[in-house]
Amino acid sequence: MGPKRPRDQAPLPRDYDQGIIGMFWNEVIETLPPDALEALQLTRLKETVHRAMKVGFYKKAFREAGITQDSIKSLADVEKLPFTRKQDLRDGYPFGFFAVPLPEVNRIHTTSGTTGKPTVVGYTKNDLDSWADLIARNMTMVGVRKGDVFQNMVNYGMFTGGLGFHYGAEKMGCTVIPSATGNTKRQIEMIHDFGVNVIHCTPSYAMHLSEVAEETDFSMDSLKIGLFGAEPWSETMRRELERRLDVTAFDSYGLSELFGPGVAFECPERNGLHIWHDAYLTEIIDPASGERLGPGERGELVVTPLTKEAMPLIRYRTGDVTKLLEDRCACGRGTKIARITGRSDDMLVIRGINVFPSQIEHVILGLPEVGNQFMVYVDRVNHLDEMLIAVEMNRESFHGELTDLTRTQAKVAKSLRDALDLRTTVKLVEPGSLPRFEGKAKRVVDRRGVV
Amino acid sequence: MTAGESYLIKQISVFSENRPGRLAAIAAALKEEEINILAFSIAEADGFGVVRALVDKPDKAYAKLSARGFNVAFTDVIAVQMRDEPGGLFEVATLLGTAGINIEYAYAYHSRDAAVLIIRVDRAADAAKVIKEMGGKLLSTITIQ
Ligand SMILES: [Zn+2]
Repeated sequence: MGPKRPRDQAPLPRDYDQGIIGMFWNEVIETLPPDALEALQLTRLKETVHRAMKVGFYKKAFREAGITQDSIKSLADVEKLPFTRKQDLRDGYPFGFFAVPLPEVNRIHTTSGTTGKPTVVGYTKNDLDSWADLIARNMTMVGVRKGDVFQNMVNYGMFTGGLGFHYGAEKMGCTVIPSATGNTKRQIEMIHDFGVNVIHCTPSYAMHLSEVAEETDFSMDSLKIGLFGAEPWSETMRRELERRLDVTAFDSYGLSELFGPGVAFECPERNGLHIWHDAYLTEIIDPASGERLGPGERGELVVTPLTKEAMPLIRYRTGDVTKLLEDRCACGRGTKIARITGRSDDMLVIRGINVFPSQIEHVILGLPEVGNQFMVYVDRVNHLDEMLIAVEMNRESFHGELTDLTRTQAKVAKSLRDALDLRTTVKLVEPGSLPRFEGKAKRVVDRRGVV
Repeated sequence: MTAGESYLIKQISVFSENRPGRLAAIAAALKEEEINILAFSIAEADGFGVVRALVDKPDKAYAKLSARGFNVAFTDVIAVQMRDEPGGLFEVATLLGTAGINIEYAYAYHSRDAAVLIIRVDRAADAAKVIKEMGGKLLSTITIQ
């Protein structure tokens, strides 16, 4: 075993285990009564529209839609405004969406596109400050405190997850370890040696971390809180991560176009995510018609950021599928959104049926006979979509008989069929043979477009 | 230890996908540890199979293959000695049939000293006892491993 952890000698007093409801970074703003919130949102929406008028794309779009500064008289008027799509941002490459002169842009991030140019996101000094503040709200909300040791195991490059959490955690007074990704054994060693109690990474990397930790001598029992985001993950995955890492796991939602991580976050109730209404005007729409949907109806999340200076956006189509939750939260904060069930661009249409990779994950994690890793391959055979799911046998479930394997394969196929209402081919592979992902998991290989 | 137990032989069963080089990888791992493979067979299903091997050092083989990432399990089998001449298998098969022993799978090997039928049966210890009582010859764990 390594040296004794500093935390063993001087345990930090924390109220986490006793529940932390009532802990706020900015209690006034986080619990604004509805009328005060709406007044603030309206003021900020007007400011945002005003800022957007400096952007060529919006100048043109507003003119076509007959929008002037006076068009916004109430929050409902947001529906008069045009949508902004990811493709519009790509078309504006590199600085077409900046509403301030370049010298006022304090930082640039990009998000990688699957094809062509990335999307550029710019931040003023105020933007960076607002963003760090939102991260600090989220971390405080889930029980992170000044003095906690926080290891940030995400990409620190152009990806917003690294620096976003980094500055938020520093702002609230954490001891921040900017470990980034890679060298998993070293990550585990640092968690042990530095007495890390809060981690941030993708859920798939957290799973990988726990797998590697089982092979090392280093215990990670200093860990208390896991912040997981950047890809959709299931409740089964949560239980599995909490069991393996002995943390309380919280879902983090964000999008680089909307600053980055920190847009919405689970509170200790862990029943939906608080989206910060003073900073993001939220709508749920039917992705096909563009019509607004009511509370409780599932559709695409559309967000108008209310404080962004460098790159104001109007009704941004996130492509993420969720719904507004009607019940008020016990923690006292505002309306929540449901956990993201998938992104519209991740959604696969197999023989006319919508399939989200998260549904497959849910099935796989629910079956003890197989491991937690999987891959999905989609092909078109004789004009028919065929989905092949490769999954690893669980070591302990193989007792030496061929029937151990054939039975498991059949069980996975049946469970998938029940959950997806779709026939799939299941390929059982050897433990440890599927790829592990450190960043965003790329579990779907759609080969239908390839000729 | 009861009389039957020393006739239960540890077979190594390895989960192996049907892709090139897997069998070679298993063989290479055993070679590195100087483990002698007395007999082996492969059972196949759709896309994967189980490689079954009778080796002289089963514990060492288990450890080595596991360390290489293979999914390995031990399976108890019985090794019945056959007369090394025409009719040898017939004799043994008749004996097993008369004894009412249900064989899940079987494979054979032949060495300078003997011809041997490896059988995987339900309740191996009971089966070994019956075979002995009916005059069958079983190889003991000590002779092989
Ligand atoms: Zn809450």
